[in-house]
Amino acid sequence: MSVDQKMDGGRRQLLLATSAAGGVAAVAVAVPFVGSLTPSERAKAAGAPVEVDISKLQPGQMMTVEWRGKPVWIINRTKEMLDSLKKTDELVSDPNSDKPQQPAYAKNETRSIKPEIMVAVGICTHLGCSPSDKFKTGAESGVSADWPGGFLCPCHGSTFDLAGRVFKNKPAPDNLEVPPHKYLADTKILIGEDGKA
Amino acid sequence: MTTKAQAVLDWVDARFPLTSSIKGHLTEYYAPKNFNFWYFFGSLALLVLVIQIVTGIFLVMHYKPDAALNASGIPAAFASVEYIMRDVPGGWIIRYLHSTGASAFFVVVYLHMFRGLLYGSYRKPRELIWVFGTLIFLALMAEAFMGYLLPWGQMSFWGAQVIVNLFSAIPVIGPDLSIVIRGDFVVSDATLNRFFSFHVIAVPLILIGLVVAHIVALHEVGSNNPDGVEIKKKKGADGHPLDGIPFHPYYTVKDIVGVVGFLIVFSFIVFFAPEGGGYFLEYNNFIPADPLKTPPHIAPVWYFTPFYSLLRAMVWPLFGLDAKFWGVVAMGAGVVILAFLPWLDRSPVKSIRYRGPIYKSLLTLFVIAFGILGFLGTKPPSYAFFGVIPGAPVAQLFSLYYFLFFITMPWWSKMDKCKPEPERVTG
Repeated sequence: MSVDQKMDGGRRQLLLATSAAGGVAAVAVAVPFVGSLTPSERAKAAGAPVEVDISKLQPGQMMTVEWRGKPVWIINRTKEMLDSLKKTDELVSDPNSDKPQQPAYAKNETRSIKPEIMVAVGICTHLGCSPSDKFKTGAESGVSADWPGGFLCPCHGSTFDLAGRVFKNKPAPDNLEVPPHKYLADTKILIGEDGKA
Repeated sequence: MTTKAQAVLDWVDARFPLTSSIKGHLTEYYAPKNFNFWYFFGSLALLVLVIQIVTGIFLVMHYKPDAALNASGIPAAFASVEYIMRDVPGGWIIRYLHSTGASAFFVVVYLHMFRGLLYGSYRKPRELIWVFGTLIFLALMAEAFMGYLLPWGQMSFWGAQVIVNLFSAIPVIGPDLSIVIRGDFVVSDATLNRFFSFHVIAVPLILIGLVVAHIVALHEVGSNNPDGVEIKKKKGADGHPLDGIPFHPYYTVKDIVGVVGFLIVFSFIVFFAPEGGGYFLEYNNFIPADPLKTPPHIAPVWYFTPFYSLLRAMVWPLFGLDAKFWGVVAMGAGVVILAFLPWLDRSPVKSIRYRGPIYKSLLTLFVIAFGILGFLGTKPPSYAFFGVIPGAPVAQLFSLYYFLFFITMPWWSKMDKCKPEPERVTG
């Protein structure tokens, strides 16, 4: 374009209007494509509660069930295991469970409805690996000589106590999540639904 | 050439720049005459790209991106890889060529990048070549990561779980972003299918586009050389650089020697050690994906481990943000910082041949740091050297050095006692 040529204001406005309309159309076309990346209706619906029978779960044992594609642990804690929680109070980063990682009815010393029965999503809050149980205490656990018992994440070394509380200065930021759950009977738990204890 | 063939060629040339392209990029593209061993790896990277594309095309004919369990309770994707290995004629070798090719790609690319560090190939006027190269490296990492999910083994599943969760560490948008990447609340069939799509269509297209840009930029400014001097400054009477020789036939022939050497090593691995001692194909990946159980020790494939160590090194929260976020930042910055190298290096000379003791010793230490970070990344966080020196603080120390090497480069590269560059290449 030569310098002395006058700009045609009307045409320039038309050009701008056309470009703007084209831009709006481009964004509108992107909507279904981005939408297709989000979870489908089927994926959203696949969240039905899971019923678990814990009558055969002996003290000191742990079982894993699948809920929404994730492992959920149920641990029957012994008296010694529960006592260890008092010792770990000062070693964990959120001892009083102040962060909303559990329903209100599990915001207590043992992070559970019944003190001995712990229910937790077995997914590390760091990057989503499933920690391994290290219930043996001390050097025998292979974790450390003063290990109080708990969980060790194999991916990045985060450690959790027997209430799923994360130890200080570990990569995981939060305690393990306690899923909504309720007791249907003394030894029957429904995972995925809130209710009175 | 016969007149008839010449006539056909003329007909084409009048409609398509065939002869002029061959001249401009091969027979009259003048490259410095002093290329050495380190200059093999660019053409080898191109060769491996071709191997990956060809083997990939044939693998897709038999592979099924399906996480549903088949009649024997095995995920269909995992079973289809076993099917390729056992029942498809020639399937095993095509698959081993592809899986070994992935590791070979990173071997040649790391050596190619190291060549750049040795001879200052990223310096003016080749900054854009280097930036395109960094983008190729990023695309390659994405390609390798998404390809690794496809066999749907334990390492596939948990590796993807960890890396996708990295994005959830980004403040505000993170959690939703990771759901959009997975297409589900957990790594699932939706994730497998979209990674398959990205791995075979989207990323290869981007990769090829970037490779073209890399080579176009290279041929625009011409290659650097082991002396780091510009051959275009001294031209003969014919207008060609005095120290340049035509790429074809001189370097096509030289590169064929490199190809033969490479293929000898590559074939040996494909035939006799395709698992690479558990480093190329990890043993845990021969177990089908189990969303309820993480293997007791998970580690990325070897080519990601230096960056994985950077991620693990960050264990302290800062500025009110979780340690997890800073780990992700460290890992991302570890790759991105490479792109800034052309502007961080203030040395008066390009090549290590004329650099002073500071660069030589710091670069040596950098290579050692990168190697040790890579080694520690394959080990559990509790690893200790000889059972006594704990690995975690060593990784933190070398991670710090990794970044200091780049961040302090503007100062020490200027201070270094360099030798004068020669006028012409020294051969």
